[in-house]
Amino acid sequence: MSLPVILFAVVATATAVSAVGVVASRNVVRMAVWLLFTLIGVSLLYFLLGAEFAGAAQLIVYVGGTLVLVVFGVMLTAHGPLRELRTKKGEWLVGGALGGALFALLVAVSLQLGSPATAPEGDALPGTGQLGLAFLGVNDTAPEGPITGVPAEKATRRTRASYLLPFEIVSVHLLVVLIGAAYLARAKRRVNP
Amino acid sequence: MTEVGLTPFLILGAFLFACGVTCVAVKRNAVGVLMGVELILNAANVNLVAFARFNPAFRLDGQVFALMVVVLAAAEAAVALAIVLNFYNNHATVDVDEAKELKE
Repeated sequence: MSLPVILFAVVATATAVSAVGVVASRNVVRMAVWLLFTLIGVSLLYFLLGAEFAGAAQLIVYVGGTLVLVVFGVMLTAHGPLRELRTKKGEWLVGGALGGALFALLVAVSLQLGSPATAPEGDALPGTGQLGLAFLGVNDTAPEGPITGVPAEKATRRTRASYLLPFEIVSVHLLVVLIGAAYLARAKRRVNP
Repeated sequence: MTEVGLTPFLILGAFLFACGVTCVAVKRNAVGVLMGVELILNAANVNLVAFARFNPAFRLDGQVFALMVVVLAAAEAAVALAIVLNFYNNHATVDVDEAKELKE
């Protein structure tokens, strides 16, 4: 048992327990709190995997933005009997069976996959600078040709990746969607109060 | 993070996915269904980042796709909440079992 294994076990257990809490709790406010812990656990998993920027973005955008939006939705709609809607036994049965079957299928597939037991040693995930260059459309995020002080095969590796167009599409998409959402949810005068 | 293999991450992603699907199938509150969708997207994201770590060919792609999924999830949550609020204004309920029409 080394430190990474223990850390992974702790974080994965906390994430899984919080996910079960989201499913099992009836009160929608409690569901939001469990979802908060799940999202924080997932971002910790990103940090454990070495993807610091993805983890930070998960914390800022998901926990700080999306979840606050969801909590606002809960606060605006959940009062009285709507806070705890009961589900029928049969629906629990069908939903649980569906989830269990999917989990068994996915676990069988992942065990078959023949995964690398350990990560390739020595090269971490590309950091913020490389990601930003890829988003800006720079084709070569690693310089070509040998550089002094760097192992030869590392210095000549090229990552032919340019994500300028997807980045622009996704940003314009987000803008359009947010304007549409603000229009949909605008305060309207009641016709018959 | 070299001792833990790829499979534990995939299994955790599968578990989150199964929880999300169960949540979507079982919850009657529309906001609860939305939370299930968030769980599903997070499960996919865990898989993407794990593959980015363990497969050198996806080194950059995995992270970039994960970031795009995060942004699209934010957009999806905004639209879904707008629809839920609209429905609540018209019908004074968020029970998806009673959602036969958006406007009365």
